[in-house]
Formats: sequence, C-alpha cells, structure tokens
Amino acid sequence: PTAVCLRNIITLSGSLTKLAYYSTVQHKVARVRSFDHSGKDIDNEPLYEISVQEEITARLHFIKFENTYIETCLDFIKDHLVNTETKVIKATGGGAYKFKDLIEKKLGLKVDKEDVMTCLIKGCNFVLRNIPHEVFAYQKDSDTEFRFQTNHPNIFPYLLVNIGSGVSIVKVESEDKFEWIGGSSIGGGTFWGLGALLTKTKKFDELLQLASKGQHTNVDMLVKDVYGGAYQTLGLSGNLIASSFGKSTTADKEFSKEDMAKSLLHMISNDIGQLACLHAKLHNLDKIYFGGFFIRGHPVTMRTITYSINFFSKGEVQALFLRHEGYLGAIGAFLKGAEQDNPNQYSWGENYAGSSGLMSTSPDVYPMQRTRSGTFDMLEMDRLERPLVNLPLLKDPSTYIPDTVDLTDDAMARKYWLTCFEEALDGVAKRAAASQPDSVDAQERAEKFRQKYWNKLQTLRQQPFAYGTLTVRSLLDTREHCLNEFNFPDPYSKVKQKENGIALKCFQSVIESLDSLGWEERQFALVKGLLAGNVFDWGAKAVSDVLESEPQFGFEEAKSKLQGKGRSLDLDLDGPPHKCALIFADNSGIDIILGVFPFVRELLSRGTEMYKALLKQLFNTFIFSNSSALRDEKLLLVQTGSSSPCLDLSRLDQGLAVLVRERQTDLVVIEGMGRAIHTNYYAVLRCESLKLAVIKNSWLADRLGGKIFSVIFKYEVPCK
Amino acid sequence: MVMALIQESFFLPPLDFSSSQTWKSCRCPACSCWITSFFPWFGLDIGGTLVKLVYFEPKDITAEEEEEEVENLKSIRKYLTSNVAYGSTGIRDVHLELKDLTLCGRKGNLHFIRFPTHDMPAFIQMGSEKHFSSLHTTLCATGGGAYKFEQDFLTMGDLELCKLDELDCLVKGVLYIDSVGFNGHSECYYFENPTDPERCQKLPFNLENPYPLLLVNIGSGVSILAAYSKDNYKRVTGTSLGGGTFFGLCCLLTGCSTFEEALEMASHGDSTKVDKLVRDIYGGDYERFGLPGWAVASSFGNMMSKEKRESVSKEDLARATLITITNNIGSIARMCALNENINRVVFVGNFLRINTISMRLLAYALDYWSKGQLKALFLEHEGYFGAVGALLGLLDSA
Repeated sequence: PTAVCLRNIITLSGSLTKLAYYSTVQHKVARVRSFDHSGKDIDNEPLYEISVQEEITARLHFIKFENTYIETCLDFIKDHLVNTETKVIKATGGGAYKFKDLIEKKLGLKVDKEDVMTCLIKGCNFVLRNIPHEVFAYQKDSDTEFRFQTNHPNIFPYLLVNIGSGVSIVKVESEDKFEWIGGSSIGGGTFWGLGALLTKTKKFDELLQLASKGQHTNVDMLVKDVYGGAYQTLGLSGNLIASSFGKSTTADKEFSKEDMAKSLLHMISNDIGQLACLHAKLHNLDKIYFGGFFIRGHPVTMRTITYSINFFSKGEVQALFLRHEGYLGAIGAFLKGAEQDNPNQYSWGENYAGSSGLMSTSPDVYPMQRTRSGTFDMLEMDRLERPLVNLPLLKDPSTYIPDTVDLTDDAMARKYWLTCFEEALDGVAKRAAASQPDSVDAQERAEKFRQKYWNKLQTLRQQPFAYGTLTVRSLLDTREHCLNEFNFPDPYSKVKQKENGIALKCFQSVIESLDSLGWEERQFALVKGLLAGNVFDWGAKAVSDVLESEPQFGFEEAKSKLQGKGRSLDLDLDGPPHKCALIFADNSGIDIILGVFPFVRELLSRGTEMYKALLKQLFNTFIFSNSSALRDEKLLLVQTGSSSPCLDLSRLDQGLAVLVRERQTDLVVIEGMGRAIHTNYYAVLRCESLKLAVIKNSWLADRLGGKIFSVIFKYEVPCK
Repeated sequence: MVMALIQESFFLPPLDFSSSQTWKSCRCPACSCWITSFFPWFGLDIGGTLVKLVYFEPKDITAEEEEEEVENLKSIRKYLTSNVAYGSTGIRDVHLELKDLTLCGRKGNLHFIRFPTHDMPAFIQMGSEKHFSSLHTTLCATGGGAYKFEQDFLTMGDLELCKLDELDCLVKGVLYIDSVGFNGHSECYYFENPTDPERCQKLPFNLENPYPLLLVNIGSGVSILAAYSKDNYKRVTGTSLGGGTFFGLCCLLTGCSTFEEALEMASHGDSTKVDKLVRDIYGGDYERFGLPGWAVASSFGNMMSKEKRESVSKEDLARATLITITNNIGSIARMCALNENINRVVFVGNFLRINTISMRLLAYALDYWSKGQLKALFLEHEGYFGAVGALLGLLDSA
C-alpha cells in the first residue's frame, strides 16, 4: 500500500534517530454483493459477486536508524512534507536539543520539544494496551530465552525503569498520572564511559561483547575471598560480590579488559536492580519494566538485570522487558502530537509484514544480523476499525492464553509448522494471483508476497521470538499481513465463491432431509453436519490436496471421512432453551452453509436468540433474508474484529462484547480447527461452551493421538 | 612482602616466657572456643581490605602486678603504646585514642590500630614466632577474616580465635563508644546546613536515644543494618559498591596505590568534567521531574565521548569515582531508611576516614533528596566499631 500523506512527523534522537509518522494507507478489501434471487432460476446465475474496493486505513510508522543518517532522514521528511500543512515538528530526546538548529534550517519548521519521560510513558501505555505479546521475561538458561507474558486487562500500576545514560524510575498509575520516584546516575553512560576509560574500547556494543567473555571474579572481591572457605557453614553464598573492583586495589597488577568490563557490567546491573527493588517495595509494586539503551535487545544486560531483580527481591518480583522498548519515546511523542486524531480511542495492531522483529539472540550474532537487516529497524501499527476488548464471558482474562501450542517453546512443533507454511507458500501465492485475474500486476505482486513471507519464515526459524510467542495463529496473521501488503485481501475468494455456490444449492435439500428426521436423530445429524462441514477448508493442506485432486468431493463423502463412531450427545439440547448463543464460525464455505446454518436454525426453533460472530457480513442478505429471526433481531451477524481464521477472545470487537452482556449469552459455540484447536482449546468460559472441529492435519492428529479427520467435540459446563 | 615485614620485626618485640601464670577459662557460647580474659585485651575486626585492632592498655597496674607481669606481655604493651607505626603498614590512629576508660573495673586507654588484610599472614606468623599463645589470652575476632584466617591462627600461631558475629560487634561497638564519649567530646556529629557550603559546619549530636537507627557500614563493601532496640537489629541489605570499589577503580583509572593518595587526588579534581549533569542534557533544571541542573544524570557519562576522555585529568577521574560511589551509597541508604521508616542514618566504616568530601556529600544528599526528613550522622571512630565490639565480646563472655 502506498502512504498517501504524512500527517505528523517526529524525530527523536539518542544515539539513534527514530522517525514516526502517520499515514493513510489504501488497501484493497473484498466486498460482497448478493443478488436478489427470489423467485428466479438460480442455476445459471452467480449468487453473489465480489468486488474489490479501496479502503483507507490509518497506519503508524516508526523507523529507527543511526544518527549519522539524520540528513538523509530530513531529506525524506522534506520530500513528503510538500502536501501537508505542518508548521511544527515534534522532537524529543537528547537529540531534540542537539539537532534543533539543523532540523529548523533544513525543513523550515519550528521544532517543538516534547518531554522525554512523558513521551516514554505514553508510548509504554500504548504498546502495553495494543500489542498482545509486548512484555517478556528473560531467561538465559532455559530453552526459551524469551517468556512472553499475557497482557493483564489492567496495565496499571507499574514501574518503568529507564536505563539510558542514567537511570530514571517512574511510577505509572494511570494514563495521565505518573511520577518520577527516583533515579540513579549509575546507568548506561557509566558502563560506556567508565568502560571506555578502563578498556580503551570505544563502542557500547563492543564493551558488552568484552563483558560477555570476562570473569568478574578476577576483579571483584567475593564473599568467599573475605570469608575463606567458611562461607558455606554460615549459609552465605560465596560467589556473591562483597566489593566490586575490590581486587583491583593495587597498582602492580594488570587486569584483562574482558574481566574489567564484566565486573563493571555486574556492578551497574546489580546496583540498578537493587534500587528498582527498593522503589518497588516502597511503592508496593510488582511489575517492573526495564527499558533504555542499556537494555535494548542486549541479552547480556537483560540477563544481569534479571539476575539482580531476582536476587534483591528474593524472587518476588520479575524483571520484565518490552519488545518495542526502543520505540516508546517516538510512539509517545507521536501520540502527543496526534492528539487531535484521538489515537488512544482506537485499538491498534502490530503489522507483522511491516515490522522488524526483536533482534539478537546473543551478542555474537548481533552485528551480523544488524547488517542483514540494514540500518533501519521498523515498526508499523495499523489502526483497527473498532476498539478490541475481552470477551466478557472469559473466566479469567488475566490468565487467558488464546493459543494452544507455544511454538517458541516446542521446537518439534515449530519445525513442523514452519515447514508446513513454507510448503504451502507456493500454492497460496498461486491462488493469490488467480484471485485477481483482471489485474495486470497480480503475478508480480504475488511473487513479491511469496518472497516477503518466505523471508519472514526464515527470520522466525532463526528467531522464533521475533514477534512475540510464535504460534500457528501468528504464522497465519503474518501471512495475512503480507498478503494485504501486496493487495491480496483474500486469495481464496474465487474458490470460496465457487464453494459457496455449490453449498447454497444443496442447502435446501440438506434442510429438508434434516427436517424429515426424528428429534434425536436430527440432533445427531446436525452435529455430524457441523463437523462434516468443517472438513472443507482450503487453508488446511490435507484438505486442499483432497479438493484439488477430487473436485467432486462432496458433503456426504466428508461425513464418511469423519473418524470415530457417533455417540450420544452430551450437549443438553432437550433442557430449557439457552437465552442466547454465540457462535464463532467461518465466514463462508460449505462449512457454514451446510454445517453451521442448519444448527443455528435448530437453536432458533428452540427459542434461543443467536448471534454469530463472523468475519465479514456475507450471508445476512440471503439464506436468512426472509427469515423472521433476522428481522426480529433474534439472529444477529456480528464481526469479531479480526480476519484471522484463529480467534483471540481477548481482542474482540467492542460491539460484540456489548451484545454478549446485553443479551445474557449463556452458550458459546466455537467451530473450526483454527478457532477451537489452534486457539481456545484450553479457554475457560463462565458459561456453557462447545468447541468442535475436525483435525485436518495428520501431524497434529498424530500428536494428539488420533487419526486425520478425527473429531474434537468438547462440551464444557462451568463449575458452579 | 611478608619476609620484609618479618625482618622489620613487624608488630611484636621478642617475647619472654619466663614467668608463669595461673588462669581460668570458660567456653564461649557463640563459637565454643576457650575464653580467658587475661591481658592483653584485644579486639580484632578482619575486613576484606583492612584489619582493625583495638588494644586496651591498663593504666592502673599496681606495683605488684607490674612485678608479676610477664616480660613479653609488658613488652607488647610498651611496643604498642610507644609506637605509632608498626612495620611498613601498621598504623596507630593516635588521635582516636580514648583515655581513662574504665573497662571491667580496670582503668586504661583504648588504642586503635589498623593494617592491611593482606599482611594478615605476616601478623599470624609473627604471633607464632613470638609464642603469643603462651600468654593464654583469647583473641576475639569478627569480620569475614575471622573465618578465613581461623585455621591459619590455629596451625601457624597455635591460637584459637573466638569468632564473633559482625552485626553484634558493630552495634555493640557503636553504642559503647557513643556512650563513653570521645575524651569528653561527643562521639557522634552531623553537619548543619549541609546544602549550604558557606554555612555548613560539623556539630555534635546527642545519640542518647539512638533507636530506631539505620547503620550504614562502608568498608570494602557496604552493609546496612536497622537497629530498633539494644537486642533488636537486622541486616537490611548491602551493596558491593563501597570503599573497595572507589579505591579499586581509582587504582585502575589513575595508577594510584594508596587510599590516601586516591583521596588526595580526588580533593583536587572536578567531577563535573567526567559526569554528565542534568543541565548538560536539558540545558538547566529538568522541571517536569523536579531535577536540579547540578544533579548528576550520568556518572562518567561524559566519558562516552573520545574528546572528553582525552581532556580529563586523573584528579577529575578520582573525584568522579568518589562522588559516584558516595552518591550511590547515599541513595541506597535513603531508600532503606524510607522502607524501614527510620529517619536517622549513621554512617560508619573506614571509607569515611579522612574523607570529608564523602561525609559532606552524604549529609547533603540525604537532606536534599529527603527534603530535610533524613539526618546523616557520623561517628569519630569511623571504622573501629567492629573491633571494639569484639573486645567487648571478650569481656562479656569471660
């Protein structure tokens, strides 16, 4: 998509310059228009048409680059300023003072300096609210170095410890209320400045590398140096540092650069950790986020800070880090400048296609990776149409984790899924190109998409934690973002159209055959239908193979593919009707038309109000177009707020959440592999729930101890 | 080094064992060593860098006692009291001597002696060669070195140490010395108007009702204790950034070799050339957070720049090191005081010896950042309280 205009631009400089701008982005979106077929012969007519429309959405861009590129950056801004009425440019950070004259001269704009800490905190609140896997704990000696945290619905209060050249400790109590509660002059500048004096090493990164190779015990006086061997009997840890640099109190001895750097690193990290703990204790806080250039993507410092916090808090407080820590100031400065756009009223989502992931696993690979990604590091945030909130029926929103398998944790599963997405990529690119037969550059864009997603997958092989916890859902989302980036809103639109056409033609006969059954038989057939419908899924590789090779593959065959013998339903359908049911289903295909709709019809006939959370409002104009249910608002079709085949119940459209409350929803049905297996398999709700899906992936079936096309049918009643 | 010291006859004159003594002893409840309370009375605090020794010189020796006093005991007394330096590294802080003290019914003077911990083997060797063990006195010791050197004392010197708890000794020592006063003057003092260099002056402080008290002991590292009553005290925390860090970093940065030299350099330096101040970043005060322009934003922060690294002197570096360590201790002490809800903070330890810069800075920092709520107190006998406590331990147990 093309950035149409730059609404607001901020440069922010430390040793790096961050540029933030707001753009409006044109996307193609698929719109569906159905035809009125009432009383017509529908055999030779398409039931609906898909038109691709341009939609304009807002996007936030953040670019980070070294200060040496400041002039290039200003040229870039200048070129894009032509069409705007900007008179003032917002700037914050040390560089705001340093580059003020340069910026004003070059751009002919007034530089408006924004307060650094205010910006930092605004930015911090923004990422904590909008990026689900923003926060992580660092664990060096475990399989997963990065332990991403679930966002607590209430992000306040917290302590932000910003370790720049010095240390600032800020207590944040609400969006607008925060307080500087302390600080220390011993920070990143001390490590850098003192380190440069001691080791004659000039660069911060090089100092960290030295430190990672050193032995601090040669320089520091340890408890065991003071106590001799007796520390054990006293219950002391002999390796604790009694006096930093306590062994260098002599002019006669030489110390290695590595050892001194390591000792310095420990000294500073321990000191900061101790002060942070003392402040946390005084203010009774248990969430401490660390940021600033001392931390930024450096495993060495994250490790020492984590150790220190753990030591001084006796394990009661966990050191937490932020994935986009480097952007907080820029984001905050931007938000301050964009207040007229009310950015905080919206929900935003990280665009995986346009964002560089979290860098570096160890200092050794860091410089190499940096060259590979160039000088620029980027973050893009898309403004979502509606605010996203928790499903009010979640039992405990603070512990809800949408995803069933954490691929960052599970190396086997990760390998499988990455390969799976790689192997499917050519096919997806092919479908994408085919979905826009009238576009001259569709082939070219599809290839660009293929390349982009391939690169993302390779990055994720190296750094599974790059975008937070790696999951099947995040892999799907990344693919979708990449598709959108090259204007492919739905590569399956053509296939789906065909499938919907077939399904709709069968709908009437399916209904009739169901109606001819007795009550109990019908209930069983309905559920079987729900599951059979679920077999059809072009996204699942095993299914698309079948569909490609056997185009005639039908609903009846699908039913016969289902593994396992039927057994009586646990679902209490002969009890009193539910007040209101919420069904999460796919937006099109045989799945919904022949599986879900008959089920919905049955529930409606029992007097349960319904609303279905759909991806796009596609079917409200037919099937139920003549239904009184729709007219009387007994059946509502609502957007989930996401276009992913997976489902994150902590980020749902606000309108949906309101309905759930108003209508006193007491049954939630989650259908489909993406929604009920890859995600939400373990989700605990406060009302009755039914999760059902067919496992259309033999590896996953194997893993779960079943066969392909096995059925998951999970009916749960909350404990009273 | 050790050999040289022995040849110089470090510490003790030749001993004579001609006389015989009858003696009683009892078991020490703490470490079950045998305790006797015959002269000489010593208290030893073996730290990471310095050994602190207090010696009680009886002045009320009767003619009869004088007669009976064994020769080597007498010579120890003479040697210690007539010299101010022992070997090349032992020093007696004459100005700290407490006169006409009554301890366990005996009148005498208390002497304060220190030497580097790395000369400890020489000290033990000496004791061994001079048959110190034949005096049948108990050596009460505290500090980590009491454990580290315990075996050496036993094997090399045939001396069983009575090891006493550091905290107990420190608190006991502080309370005792403060109670006896400093030869008619107050042991405890503070700085009035610490934020005003013109009007700042050292004034006596009455520590008669000492509790609650935060006790910050700055040796090589730092220990922070909270005392709520005579028997109720605990270690709150500690930091490894202490006197050892100041001295160690100074050695590396300036090539100096003694603590005195480091302090001397620091007194002539300008830390603002080395440190990045708030005003260096914000052009003045950082009003949003109420930070004054003179506050240090980043210790050694200016040293990130090559040009500035080349333009600073060793004195500037020494000064910056001192300021950095001192401010940090002040800051941790302040946080502990707030967490423990204590408003009097007593700073002790040898880091403060001849170190007015640090004491004034601590007084200033505590006053400024607490908006006058916290008071920094100091004691004249800075680093000797552990050793005094050890001596008192000896007399208590026997």
